Amino acid sequence: MKFKTGAALLEQCEKNHITISEAMIRREMEISGTERAVILERMGRAWQIMKDAVQEGREGNLRSIGGLIGGESKKLLDHISSRSLMRKAAAYAMGVLEVNASMGLIVAAPTAGSSGVIPGVFMSVQEKENFTDEQMMLALFNAGAVGYLITQNATVAGAEGGCQAEIGSAAAMAASAVVELMGGTPEQCLAAASDVISSMLGLVCDPVAGLVEIPCQKRNATAACNALICAEMALAGIASPIPFDEMVTAMYRVGCSIPYELRETALGGVAATPTACALCDQILCARNNK
Amino acid sequence: MEDISVFDVIGPNMIGPSSSHTAGALKIALMARHLVKGPVQAVTFRLFGSFARTYRGHGTDRALIAGILGFDTEDRRIRDAYELAEQAGLKVTFEVDTQDQDVHPNTVRIQLVDGDGRVHSVEGSSIGGGEVVLKRLDGVAVNISGSGCTLLVKHIDKPGALAYIATCTSQWNINIAALAMHREARGETAYAELTIDSPAPSSMLDALRAHPLVTEVTQIII
Repeated sequence: MKFKTGAALLEQCEKNHITISEAMIRREMEISGTERAVILERMGRAWQIMKDAVQEGREGNLRSIGGLIGGESKKLLDHISSRSLMRKAAAYAMGVLEVNASMGLIVAAPTAGSSGVIPGVFMSVQEKENFTDEQMMLALFNAGAVGYLITQNATVAGAEGGCQAEIGSAAAMAASAVVELMGGTPEQCLAAASDVISSMLGLVCDPVAGLVEIPCQKRNATAACNALICAEMALAGIASPIPFDEMVTAMYRVGCSIPYELRETALGGVAATPTACALCDQILCARNNK
Repeated sequence: MEDISVFDVIGPNMIGPSSSHTAGALKIALMARHLVKGPVQAVTFRLFGSFARTYRGHGTDRALIAGILGFDTEDRRIRDAYELAEQAGLKVTFEVDTQDQDVHPNTVRIQLVDGDGRVHSVEGSSIGGGEVVLKRLDGVAVNISGSGCTLLVKHIDKPGALAYIATCTSQWNINIAALAMHREARGETAYAELTIDSPAPSSMLDALRAHPLVTEVTQIII
């Protein structure tokens, strides 16, 4: 089972009466020559790491190496009286970024800088809907299919396409997976992914002091909420006229026109504000005095 | 372009915060560690480019030490690499070079002192997404990527060495995916670098070592 575009993927799903995650599992078996059980087990381990990272983050004992973040996940959870889906997704996503920035174990999904979005969305949805771990693990193949299509036809690297390509892709992957979990069609999955990309188009990559801390952590949180909203819109049957493949191309073209200063170089955007520059100096000074 | 696996997208599983500055750095050091037989008593890391500027904030220093300690990129002990190196009696030094413009931005030169006091040097670059390339081994220019199995055969640059290596792989039914030769100078020390599709068994490594032109055989599996 081979497909290189969203359109080809939908065609395969329709022809074989299968979900996107099933198509992705069959593709993986074919390209790797590995048995289904081995592939599922490997994805199960990724899911376990994601869950552990959410847990480690919510406990609130982490401090990033750069010293700019730590404890936000717990703070947000403690503050929330009614723990809505959206708020939990945001808090969990923030926690995973804390784990990442403090040298904990994460799954790059698709990258380390965007590693909070999928665990945040997945954990909050699982808690609300009582999905089994196996259902969540299978949904990761759906997310993987969207991530693969973006990698194949555009990029998921912040240094190449900005934050839209990195955290934007993570959110598109999460949205599509949620639609499948909630019983939506393959078309609705890619519509949700397409809506996420269009709503995050143009977002630049501008990390303070070059570290994966500010604004990455909060962008993971807001992107997780974005994914949930776009999934809801698709499930409600709201049309998404621009096809997924065209949206991916649009994202890539926008990425190519983002200037060098706004692609992970820490020379523009948030990173270039006077306060960010002062923070950067502070971090470097603190280290030189060590 | 090779087929993209679902685990390239949902993965790799790694210690944060950065695939190039943390996971990639560790891999370079781990490969360097494989090239030294027996214990390592001291190591010096010389950092260039982005490594030199941001190594502490990205935990590059701890990742490099962890690689010398033999940890993999998922090991939660990477955080405590400084303390663990001290406990292991490994002397660690960092130097930064922000002047040299001729190297890839994420480059490290590693000098290792083995148990007998011999010095080994390895230069490598982290080229993105956790992928790495070793550029120099003890002064000889090479081009080794850490994916899959690499067989490095140090030998004297004389006719027959490569034929013997190829005969061995054929005898043990090991398929060669890629092959490159590097040498200091004509007739001097040379390296044959083989990317192979499956690990070579120890019997084959012993057979390679038995040849008079072969001085050292190292298999690196990452």
